[in-house]
Amino acid sequence: MSRIGVFVCHCGENIGGTVDCAKVAQAAGQLRGVVHSVDYKYMCSDPGQSILKDAIREKKLDGVVVAACSPRMHEPTFRRAAEEAGLNAFQCEMANVREHCSWVHEKGEATTAKAIDLVRIQVEKVKRDAPLHPIKVPISKTALVLGGGIAGIQAALDIANTGHEVILVEKAPSIGGHMSQLSETFPTLDCSQCILTPRMVEVARHPKITLYTYSELEKLDGFIGNFKATIRRKARKIDEKACNGCGVCTQKCPQKKIPDEFNEGLSMRRAIYVPFPQAVPNKPVIDTANCTYFKTGKCKACEKLCANGAIRFDQEDELIVREVGAVVVATGYKTMKVDRFPEYGYGQYPDVIDGMKFERLASASGPTAGAIQRPSDGKAPQTVVFIACAGSRDEQKHVAYCSKICCMYTAKHAMLYKHKVHGGKAYVFYMDVRAAGKSYDEFVRRAVEDDGVKYVRGRVSRVYQDGGQLVVKGVDTLLGGEPLEIRADLVVLATAVQAQEGSEELAQKLHVSYDKYRFFAEAHPKLRPVETNTAGIFLAGACQAPRDIPESVAQASGAAVKVAALFSQPELTREPIVAVVDRQPPPVFSNCVGCLLCKSACPYQAIDQETIKARNGDPIKTVARVNPGLCQGCGTCVATCRTKAIDLQGFSNEQIFAEVMAI
Amino acid sequence: MTATTEPQPSGAFEPKIAAFVCNWCTYAGADLTGTSRIKYPSNVRVVRLPCTGRIDFMLLLKAFARGSDGVIVSGCHPNDCHYTSGNYHARRRWMVFRDLLDFTGIDTRRVTFAWVSAAEGAKWAELVAQVTEQVRELGPHTDYQALAAAGVE
Repeated sequence: MSRIGVFVCHCGENIGGTVDCAKVAQAAGQLRGVVHSVDYKYMCSDPGQSILKDAIREKKLDGVVVAACSPRMHEPTFRRAAEEAGLNAFQCEMANVREHCSWVHEKGEATTAKAIDLVRIQVEKVKRDAPLHPIKVPISKTALVLGGGIAGIQAALDIANTGHEVILVEKAPSIGGHMSQLSETFPTLDCSQCILTPRMVEVARHPKITLYTYSELEKLDGFIGNFKATIRRKARKIDEKACNGCGVCTQKCPQKKIPDEFNEGLSMRRAIYVPFPQAVPNKPVIDTANCTYFKTGKCKACEKLCANGAIRFDQEDELIVREVGAVVVATGYKTMKVDRFPEYGYGQYPDVIDGMKFERLASASGPTAGAIQRPSDGKAPQTVVFIACAGSRDEQKHVAYCSKICCMYTAKHAMLYKHKVHGGKAYVFYMDVRAAGKSYDEFVRRAVEDDGVKYVRGRVSRVYQDGGQLVVKGVDTLLGGEPLEIRADLVVLATAVQAQEGSEELAQKLHVSYDKYRFFAEAHPKLRPVETNTAGIFLAGACQAPRDIPESVAQASGAAVKVAALFSQPELTREPIVAVVDRQPPPVFSNCVGCLLCKSACPYQAIDQETIKARNGDPIKTVARVNPGLCQGCGTCVATCRTKAIDLQGFSNEQIFAEVMAI
Repeated sequence: MTATTEPQPSGAFEPKIAAFVCNWCTYAGADLTGTSRIKYPSNVRVVRLPCTGRIDFMLLLKAFARGSDGVIVSGCHPNDCHYTSGNYHARRRWMVFRDLLDFTGIDTRRVTFAWVSAAEGAKWAELVAQVTEQVRELGPHTDYQALAAAGVE
C-alpha cells in the first residue's frame, strides 16, 4: 500500500484566487494511497519546503505530489527537498495546477474539479514511481561558440578567461560581425571599430581560443557535456599558415567589379579579398563564384604574385569533428531587404538606402572616408529624411515586434549627418521614440535640442523621384494629421531587425526551439533568458531577439557564466530517464524477442543487441540492449516494441496507463 | 477505481478531452499559454510524455475506454523534434492507427493530431477551444460504456 503525500500550493493568489485549494487538498486526501494532504500559501518557500520535508519524515511517505506550478519551473526544487528528507528524488511529481489550470481557466467549480483531476492523475503516477538514481557522465570542458560578432566574441573571451578551451566558429572570412561595419555607436558616439578591434585581436591571440572563420556548423550530435560538433571549414583557397597577409594578391587581382559586402555594395572589391583592413584573421579568401580562374580556367595572377606560394586553387572544404560540452549560439540578425519596400522606392532609387549603408557612408573607414555623399551622384545631401519603423511594428510586413535599436541609431544617424553637413536639414519620421536605456533618452534629446533634428510623428505613405530629388509624402499626426511633403536628397530607412538567414535550419541542427519570427527561444522569458530548452545550449545577442550592443555583451557574459558553472563540476549528473529492456529470471530471461525494431526506431543509435548465454556459453536468446550513456529518453522504442519488453524509466507503460485510467 | 469529477452544472454536455503532449514543445507551449494568461475551456487533461514518439496508440483507446470523449495528440513541428525524429514516428503511427480507428467504428473526428511549439501559447488555447467545440458537437462518446454495460471491455 502506498503512502502518498499531496501538497497543494496557493501560489499566493495565482492558484488560490481561482482554484479552491482547500477543497483540492481535501479531495486528494480521499484518494486511495494518499495518507497526507495539505494546502499551503507558498510551497516553494522555505517554510513550504519544510512542510513537505517534515511530512515525508513523520508520515514515512513513499511518494509526494506537489500541486503547484509547471514541473518545468519548480520540479528541481521539490525533488531536492524530497531528497533532503530521505525520499528518492524521482518519487516526487508535480501536478501543474497553475500554468495548465488556474491561469487559463475562470474561477469556478469546473476549474477546481480540473485541479483535483490533475492531482489524481499524478497520484496514480507517483504510486508507480520507482526510485531512480542519476547517471554520472563526464564533461568535455570545451565550449563551442557559434558566431563571431560582438556577442560571440564576448562569450568566447569570457569563457576562455575562466581557463576553458573555446572553439569560435564564424561563417564570414573575418570575425567582427555587424558591429565592425558601424561608424559610431550610441549613446556615446565612440567609434565602433576602435572599441571592437582590440577584442577581435584578443580573440586571435588568446591561447585558449581556437578560431575557425569561414566555417559553419555542419552537425551537432550528443547531449550536454558530451556534444560532438562537426564543423565545415569552407575552402579559402589559401594556405593560411603560408600566407603572411601582405595583401599583394588583393591589390593585383584583375577581377575588381564585385560589390563589396562589407561596404554594403557602396564600393567594389576583388575576387581575392580581405573583407576589411582590420579583419581577423588578416588572410584573404578567394570568392570562387567571381574568380576568373574558377570561371574560365585562366588567370592565376594571385598565384604568380604570391611570394609565399600560399594560393591553393585545389583546396577542398574540410570537416572537423570536435567534442564540446556546451554551445553558445550568437549568430546575430539580419535586416529586412529591398523587396519589402516598394512604397519607399527602396531598391528602385539609388538614394533610398538602409541604415547599414548609412553607417558605411558615415564611417571613417568607409568608401567615402566618412563624407556623407549620396550614392547617385556623390553630392552631399542638403535634406535627409530618416524613416523609422521601416517594417517594424507592421503586421503587414509580418513583423509585429519593435526592432528596438532603430530609434537610437536613427537619432545617431541624424546627429552624425548634422555634424558632417552643417547646413543640412534632417527629418525623422517616427511612430514613437523608444529610448529606454542608460543615457538613451538624453541622446535623442541632444539630437533634437542641440543638433536641430526635426522629428515628425507620423508615417510616410510614399517616396518617389522628381527632378533629381526624392519626394517624401507623409503625415504629421501631431498637427492634426496634416499631410506633409518633403523634398529630400537622401532617404534612410531604419529597416526591421530579423532573425538571421538560416536560423530555422540551425535551430533544427541544435534541437532548440524558436519563435514564429525564427528568433531562438529562451528557456524562460524572464528567469532563464540565456538558456534554451536544450540543456547545454545557451544564447547570446540578437539571435534571440533584437538587441543593442550593451545588451548583447551583457547576455554573452551571462551565457559564459552558465558555461563556466557547467564546466566547474567534475562530472555531470543526468536524469535517469532512459529506456531499459526487460530482464527476468529463467526460464523466460526476457520478454524481448530480439526483433530489434527498437534499434531501427532509435534516433541515437543507443540500442544494440546482446546474447543471453548459458553458463557453458551456449546462446539462449538474442535481445536488445540499451546503452544508457547514449539514450536520451524519448521513448520512441517503447511505443515501437511489440512485446512491451522495453520500457522508459520515469514514464513507464504502467505509469502512463495509470495516468490515463485516472483521467 | 476512479470516479469522474467532471461537473455538469446546467446539465449541458461537457466533453472530457485527453491530451497526449510532448514535454519539449506542446507542454512548454501550454505553459506559455498559462504565463500569457490566455483563457481556454477547462475540459482538457494533459498527459505529459517526453516525446510524441513515446505515444503508444493503445493509450488513446484506453482513454476512450475510460470515458474520454475526445483526444488531442500534439508535439513538435516536423523537423523541430527535440529528439530529432520522434514526431515522425508518431505521425506514421497515426496514419496507420487512424484507419484502424475508423474501421473499429470510432469517429476519427474525436482524435486531433496537431503540432504546437513551445512558442505557440496562443495556438494551444485555440486548439483546445476548437477541439472542445468539435467534440461537444459530436456528443458524448458512449460506445465503450455500452460495451461495458454488456459486460465486454
